[in-house]
Amino acid sequence: MSQDGPTAVERFLNGIIPENPTYRQILGICPTLAVTNTMESAMTMAGTVLFVLVCSNVLTSLIRGLLKPHLRILVFTLTIAAFVTIADRFLAAYMYDMSKVLGPYIPLVIVNCIIIARCEICAAKQGVWTAFMDAVGQSLGFMLGLMSIATIREILGFGTWFGKWLGWRVIPVTAPEHWSTWVIMILPPGAFITLGLLMGVMNWIEAKHSARAKKATVAA
Amino acid sequence: MPSPAIHIAPAPHLFGGALTTQRMMFDVLLALVPVLVAALWQFRLYAVIQLAICMVSAVAAEALFTAMRKKPILVRDGSALVTGAILAFSLPAKAPWYAGAVGSFVAIGIGKVIFGGVGQNIFNPAMLGRAFAMIAFPAALGASAYVVPDSPIDGLTHATPLTALKMLGQSTGLLPLFLGATNGSIGETSALACLLGGAYLCLRRTASWEIPAGVIAATAVIGLLVQWFSPVAGWTVLHELCGGALLFGAFFIATDPVSSPLAPRGKFVFGLGVGALVMLIRKLSGYPEGVMFSVLIMNALVPLINRATIPTPVGGPVPAKKAA
Repeated sequence: MSQDGPTAVERFLNGIIPENPTYRQILGICPTLAVTNTMESAMTMAGTVLFVLVCSNVLTSLIRGLLKPHLRILVFTLTIAAFVTIADRFLAAYMYDMSKVLGPYIPLVIVNCIIIARCEICAAKQGVWTAFMDAVGQSLGFMLGLMSIATIREILGFGTWFGKWLGWRVIPVTAPEHWSTWVIMILPPGAFITLGLLMGVMNWIEAKHSARAKKATVAA
Repeated sequence: MPSPAIHIAPAPHLFGGALTTQRMMFDVLLALVPVLVAALWQFRLYAVIQLAICMVSAVAAEALFTAMRKKPILVRDGSALVTGAILAFSLPAKAPWYAGAVGSFVAIGIGKVIFGGVGQNIFNPAMLGRAFAMIAFPAALGASAYVVPDSPIDGLTHATPLTALKMLGQSTGLLPLFLGATNGSIGETSALACLLGGAYLCLRRTASWEIPAGVIAATAVIGLLVQWFSPVAGWTVLHELCGGALLFGAFFIATDPVSSPLAPRGKFVFGLGVGALVMLIRKLSGYPEGVMFSVLIMNALVPLINRATIPTPVGGPVPAKKAA
């Protein structure tokens, strides 16, 4: 197959910031909103997506010559479902508490649009190495998105960062008349507010960036 | 360039430049004076502390967020002061400082400036801030936060009238409810003060009378029905009207001109909706009082109400445009 489309390195770098799944493509919003109230669940979700995305991208890329256009979505879904089942059973066996916390959101990785989008956009068209790098880049971008939201939500909502695993307390425990954790940040509204504000920040940074780039080209 | 000698402005000329934002906001602050007097009488210094926290935070938030948007800072129009004051009057007396401060920042930032500043917000900023604070700090703003058992202020040692009614089935006398000798949010206790301030607002036409009329009508009708079908000893429709934040909400919160409907008929419908939702929340939900959520829910319905209540202009309805 001819080497058209971005190279492996471009795919990798694109996934992290320029085509960040959370802030640029706005894909995978369901887990983004649902599991970002602690860093632990966010990192577990990001790790699961990394595993499933890498495996299904590589497998899809390997069988891309056999794909029939009208059946490709079905094949993608079955591939993803197989790896999600592996991840789900693995978590249930070795990280039982986390699997309880994440509940249905691990099986729901099957319908995470990031994965099926990467299979469709990259893996079904490009070689194994490119597909692998693409999967890693996109997963890192997704992880960055989840971590940024979970950091704000966990610090404001619980006063901790990696509270369950590492026990880091960011805001000291005080009497209720001095300070209190924000329960709303643990609840779904906190996810929507944080995601919206962070997306605004990302847009603002990009607007500044492109304005500076334009100025630089004009000057040159 | 000299200003033109002939002043040209589009109709209507009746109000001229008199109805400015600044004047309206000053009117609201003036109308809040009786409420403040009642609050001082009932809650002493707590009222001053909450007002200071909320108004200072609201003005600071306004200055900060408008500067971030690189817009001229319009603190002088007083809208941030009014938002802060109304938020403070809707808090419990002993609410911790961060409830008012965070509430004010959310009210101004997420409630107002994010939509484009004064006149653009779809939700009542003060109630949005209070809802945020209430969900963020349930221990500081929930029903139990109103009661301070060892307080030297007598009113603070009892449950609020609506909580007492809901949890214990106890009624409160009509006279304390009317004068404000009960526990509750700082501004809501005295029905008399709210009526005085509200009457001033309506007479000055800063607030539209249709909204409080609608709220009171809906509450009265539903209150009568409730009284008829499931009576509670000593609790009548008048208690329903004077208790809780109903009058404060009807006159000061629901009448926010930005987030309420445009046409008179729509305003009345809006008021009816608020009143009906308040009674629904009071009678059938876990919350003792529901003015905040009712106003926010009805705010969300304002575009629909506006579309349904477009007034007919003088001379008959506008003919439909013929297809060209």
